[in-house]
Amino acid sequence: MSMKCDLVVVGAGPGGSMTAKTAAQAGLKVVMLEKRQEIGEPVRCAEGVGKRALCEMVKPEPEWIAAEVKGAKIYAPDGTSIVMSEDKSGSEVGYVLERKVFDRALAMQAAQAGAKVMVKTRALGLIKKDGVPCGVSAMRLGEPLQIEAPIIIGADGVESKVGRWAGIDTTLKLKDMETCAQFLVQDSTIDDEYTEFFLGNSIAPAGYAWAFPKGEKLANVGLGVLGTRSKPGEATRLLNEFVKARYPNGKVLEMVVGGDPCAGQIESTTSDGVMLVGDAARQTDPLTGGGILSAMQAGIMAGEVAAKALTAGDVSKAGLKEYEDRWREDIGKHLSRSYEFKEFFVKLTDNDLNQMLGSLKKEDISKMDLRGMLRVLFRLNPKLLWELRHLVV
Amino acid sequence: MIFLLTINRYKCCYCGACVGVCPTCALELVETMIEVAADCKECGICTKICPVGALEVKA
Repeated sequence: MSMKCDLVVVGAGPGGSMTAKTAAQAGLKVVMLEKRQEIGEPVRCAEGVGKRALCEMVKPEPEWIAAEVKGAKIYAPDGTSIVMSEDKSGSEVGYVLERKVFDRALAMQAAQAGAKVMVKTRALGLIKKDGVPCGVSAMRLGEPLQIEAPIIIGADGVESKVGRWAGIDTTLKLKDMETCAQFLVQDSTIDDEYTEFFLGNSIAPAGYAWAFPKGEKLANVGLGVLGTRSKPGEATRLLNEFVKARYPNGKVLEMVVGGDPCAGQIESTTSDGVMLVGDAARQTDPLTGGGILSAMQAGIMAGEVAAKALTAGDVSKAGLKEYEDRWREDIGKHLSRSYEFKEFFVKLTDNDLNQMLGSLKKEDISKMDLRGMLRVLFRLNPKLLWELRHLVV
Repeated sequence: MIFLLTINRYKCCYCGACVGVCPTCALELVETMIEVAADCKECGICTKICPVGALEVKA
């Protein structure tokens, strides 16, 4: 079977759906492929998003939101904790989503805007004419399917292939990937009002553990370990230890695992007729691991640029440059900054972490944003944070 | 000696982390199944990233 459209989107996560929706609203004929038979499952995410940034892009529906949090608590290895309020602690707290519902709702919005959604349809490769991509060859329910389209969006996640097929190197080094495991835990001691972050090299080497509440004493409890500090099965082993220690009576109702890119800006996210979005473009925040919002933002940009490029009749890499420029100006700058913090953070010993968080104990940080807090941290720990001085202004 | 990348399908949670780090693009996540292509060099990078330890390079 074969079909033709203006834009084919590979992957129906938040990035793919926002691209498809934006492009369809601009009048493009859009096909969105999802290799799985269900959109949004299995989940590979801790489900935290910033409230304000989300609301700027979509109108949140109560069914997507498992919980709303007041702020974040960060625990040093020695147990000292600091509290940050929601509107100040960056973009990763606010809502804890129900991704299974959320992802499907976004795909539905894309469909309502006119995009054709095809599930159980896996991209196998790019169709190329004179070396230039002009569609996707796919398999749908075991049958071959050719989709011709001048523009292809790779929103195919951490395991992205579209970029590599188009000659873009998206391979992640072990030092640029966190390996993560998460349980949905039910326990009476769960804090329903705060997201919690636990630091420490014995808890999560060069990463952190988290507890994101989902209401009614449920929480996504997980951790990430830097690839270079991991060995086979390490994330799951450490999570079992952490849950046993922290929630000895906790009941595990679900298990989620996955790799979280923490690479910063990769060299290229476009080639002739191809744009990469979200995890596929490694647009995840290297420090927090959050990627939902940047995938959605990038998706909107990619959808808009696709429409413009088609109207202008230039879908070459040069014609798609606006996408590259726009996301780097916005998301990219943040990724680079975050990457520097991550590269610094992964070197810290438990003593360093204790010293840093301990130094904040006597300060009133409740009204500070991340930048303000960093300034205070720098003032209190100049020696430890010396190499980050250019970031603290 | 011949080395081979093996996948314990009973352990695998099909997250695709291994696919993202494979330097030869030899792995693919087909819904719930990791497929290994012939270009696998048995480098073992994927075994380190696997959150559940489902991958192993065996002699």
